[in-house]
Amino acid sequence: MKLDAKIPEGPLAQKWSKHKFNLKLVNPANKRKYTVIVVGTGLAGASAAASLAELGYNVKAFCFQDSPRRAHSIAAQGGINAAKNYQNDGDSVHRLFYDTIKGGDYRAREGNVYRLAEVSVNIIDQCVAQGVPFAREYGGLLDNRSFGGSQVSRTFYARGQTGQQLLLGAYSALNRQINLGKVKMYTRHEMMDVVTIDGEAKGIVTRDLISGAIESHAAHAVLLCTGGYGNVFYLSTNAMGCNVTAAWKAHKRGAYFANPCFTQIHPTCIPVTGDHQSKLTLMSESLRNDGRVWAPKTVELAQKLRKGELKVTDLKEEDRDYFLERKYPAFGNLVPRDVASRNAKEMVDEGRGVGASGIAVYLDFAEAIGRLGEDTVRAKYGNLFDMYQQITDENPYKQPMRIYPAVHYTMGGLWVDYNLQTTVKGLYCLGEANFSDHGANRLGASALMQGLADGYFVIPYTLGDYLANIGPKAVDTSHPAFEQTKQSVLERINKLLALKGDRTVNDYHRELGHIMWEYCGMARTEEGLTKAKGLIRELRADFWKNARVSGTNEEFNQNLENAGRVADFLELGELMVDDALDRKESCGGHFRLESQTDEGEALRDDDNYAYAAAWEYKGDNQPEELHKEELVFENVKLSQRSYK
Amino acid sequence: MSENMNLTLKVWRQKNADTKGSFATYKADHVSPDMSFLEMLDVVNEDLIKKGDDPIHFDHDCREGICGACSLHINGRPHGPKHAITTCQLHMRSFKNNETIVIEPWRAEAFPVIRDLAVDRQAFDRIQAAGGFVSVNTGGVPDANNIPIPKVIADEAFNSATCIGCGACVAACKNASAMLFVSAKVSQLALLPQGQPERYRRAQAMVAQMDAEGFGSCTNTGACEAECPKEISITNIARMNRDYFTAKLFKEEEV
Ligand SMILES: Cc1cc2nc3c(=O)[nH]c(=O)nc-3n(C[C@H](O)[C@H](O)[C@H](O)COP(=O)(O)OP(=O)(O)OC[C@H]3O[C@@H](n4cnc5c(N)ncnc54)[C@H](O)[C@@H]3O)c2cc1C
Ligand code: SF4
Ligand code: FES
Repeated sequence: MKLDAKIPEGPLAQKWSKHKFNLKLVNPANKRKYTVIVVGTGLAGASAAASLAELGYNVKAFCFQDSPRRAHSIAAQGGINAAKNYQNDGDSVHRLFYDTIKGGDYRAREGNVYRLAEVSVNIIDQCVAQGVPFAREYGGLLDNRSFGGSQVSRTFYARGQTGQQLLLGAYSALNRQINLGKVKMYTRHEMMDVVTIDGEAKGIVTRDLISGAIESHAAHAVLLCTGGYGNVFYLSTNAMGCNVTAAWKAHKRGAYFANPCFTQIHPTCIPVTGDHQSKLTLMSESLRNDGRVWAPKTVELAQKLRKGELKVTDLKEEDRDYFLERKYPAFGNLVPRDVASRNAKEMVDEGRGVGASGIAVYLDFAEAIGRLGEDTVRAKYGNLFDMYQQITDENPYKQPMRIYPAVHYTMGGLWVDYNLQTTVKGLYCLGEANFSDHGANRLGASALMQGLADGYFVIPYTLGDYLANIGPKAVDTSHPAFEQTKQSVLERINKLLALKGDRTVNDYHRELGHIMWEYCGMARTEEGLTKAKGLIRELRADFWKNARVSGTNEEFNQNLENAGRVADFLELGELMVDDALDRKESCGGHFRLESQTDEGEALRDDDNYAYAAAWEYKGDNQPEELHKEELVFENVKLSQRSYK
Repeated sequence: MSENMNLTLKVWRQKNADTKGSFATYKADHVSPDMSFLEMLDVVNEDLIKKGDDPIHFDHDCREGICGACSLHINGRPHGPKHAITTCQLHMRSFKNNETIVIEPWRAEAFPVIRDLAVDRQAFDRIQAAGGFVSVNTGGVPDANNIPIPKVIADEAFNSATCIGCGACVAACKNASAMLFVSAKVSQLALLPQGQPERYRRAQAMVAQMDAEGFGSCTNTGACEAECPKEISITNIARMNRDYFTAKLFKEEEV
């Protein structure tokens, strides 16, 4: 199938408004004759479900948590971008567009990104109208900050809990529609598969996580808003339940998966303490505004520190290597996420890592405390310091923090066109689960923006066009495709439950994570990736022989839930490796050691790789087919990033 | 770094809502003080699974104190012995070698046990759906800076808005009252200009739903505030009561 991104013709700034005019409208009297399924009620899903219900459609919404309010969006700390230019500091829709395209290392679509920047301003208005308590100045107007090295202050925030407050806003809009009977909410339900009839999505099959009941739901269209797949790495800053299952099942039903290897690794996370570790905690990157990153100058010193023969506070100034300041004098500690992360890894690989495990570098506030005083530092970063101390039992006012990068976000996801439709008609994908707007690297505070843009301001328009075309004919689950899909879901569950080997599902997940982190993490090579592919295949085969899954289907069974998710990760992992192998250039978060500048920086290859890689599933254990969507840049000039 | 610990766990096991539960005893050996409480349970569960036993079920997701999913009653206290944190933020260094730890689910009629330590908190969602919103549709709203809000008011509303819906307040209360949870939302919106048009209707609707769900009444013991991981203040309850009675006296016809 040929990929058609359906980007409207015309000048960049007019594409979206022209497109909106050209989209068909559903007759208001007919809207109530349509049913739309929304899977996932994080920022993207809750905003979509509420907005569609307000328009008059009947919505069935699903999430696996016990409440929509607990979606992983709740954990976002830093903020949300919008081109409001409230600070009069030179921001504009065009600048946000440009920053996002450039930040994504020129691997996103101009048309989509421009629309994102355009609707960003409406998001803030919407959230404030709902009562979202953004930070304010004394004059009563909204406060902004600069985030992630951005030159303008366009980030709106709500203390360190922006995601929580935005999600509670979307949740309240969703609740209002639940109360009005326009949304039927299914919590503790997991989508197990998409039902397609003649190549079009017509419903889903779910498992009720309490009773185990496998149920079918029919609809005129299905929206997947199921979040990112960072947990393929086992350890990440994602919530424990984040998974790829919904997107992966859709992929197997014909939805292409785009740029799966584009993952973002965040530099300032609290390091791993041992094998028991179940997840990693992110600390806001604002810490790098005042903290200085360093490692001991020599391997010997690092060893002494690890063994406790030397105290970090006793290490002489000349024995410290402030490696970011040394290598990047212009940007210093404020280099982008991927650069900071990769350099920390280099230190550890050289044997200069610190902490008991040797897998960490220091983030030091001594200089800032000397310059600003402890009180000022506390006012700025107090809650982060407290969080650090609570987890590590070390006092960061008295000794440097230990940090290490961790997987944080996945730019890849289901391929969608300008309308957010996947390659399966009637199946749409929103939020982190799609691949659309961040290219090879996402800017800080732009994921929340994208999720809400998709849900509040894009899908209500684009979905209508599809619905108007297919017409309001009633749908039900009588077509045999529903029963067949249900049977295949049950078969897979039974296969999992039949596994009575001696290794736990978690153990497989941990090993998969090691493989992905080692070979498909911060630095990738042809050799490593090829090795990883073999290792993943072996691990997957071993899983289906020797794993152990407890209990039955007809009960609340968290082990079974996890087994299904890990089984899907074991398939996704291989595709990520294939994608990383195909892309022989370095770009954004994807660093191929074979493709660097003389200075050791990422080297893009625009002549050969200026495309989105969309993968088509071809059957179990079959190589997937690569489809390339060439990216056209008419409004920006491609340039190499440099932070020297 | 301190030594690893050996612990005894007394854990509430209950197959489902329809069966009776009881305590079971497990050994947790070589527990690192750096583990979180939930990681300690993960390790216990790995052993149970390998032995062919059912793992202990409990709700959790973010594991960083923000989603409100985790909900354990530890040694008689919701979210354990430390102040102002959730169970997932609790580390094993807060316990001593050879200690016995008693782990139970939230106990409240309105929160039936689903399995072991996981309970059904949908009553909270239904209360929010009864009125915890501002009735605005997507689009057609004024520019955000057309609604200036004094910083002190915004900050106060924010404090109320930090509730994570965990249910510890209910579990802590001898009456299993949900007043702290409900009043946090009512207050957030009552403080803000956006919430004014529906202020009294909201208070009434949410309180009515709370009563319908079978939560107990508030007798001002303050146990909720003491155990709330987000330090939601009981002044919210006073604020809600004021609105509720104002509504009852003068605005009855509105509801
Ligand atoms: C620690 C952390 C901090 C962050 N901070 C920021 C920040 O400051 N600014 C920013 O812009 N971004 C930030 N991000 C990124 C951002 O939070 C996420 O990308 C975004 O919230 C994702 O929203 P979503 O709606 O796409 O998915 P989610 O919020 O992850 O929601 C997914 C939904 O899908 C449901 N679901 C998944 N699978 C299934 C299934 N099979 N069946 C049924 N339901 C399913 C879940 O129940 C859930 O409701 C941060 C991320 C992390 C990890
Ligand atoms: S008020 Fe506190 S204890 Fe009660 S649900 Fe909210 S956060 Fe939890
Ligand atoms: S698991 Fe999210 S608050 Fe504890």
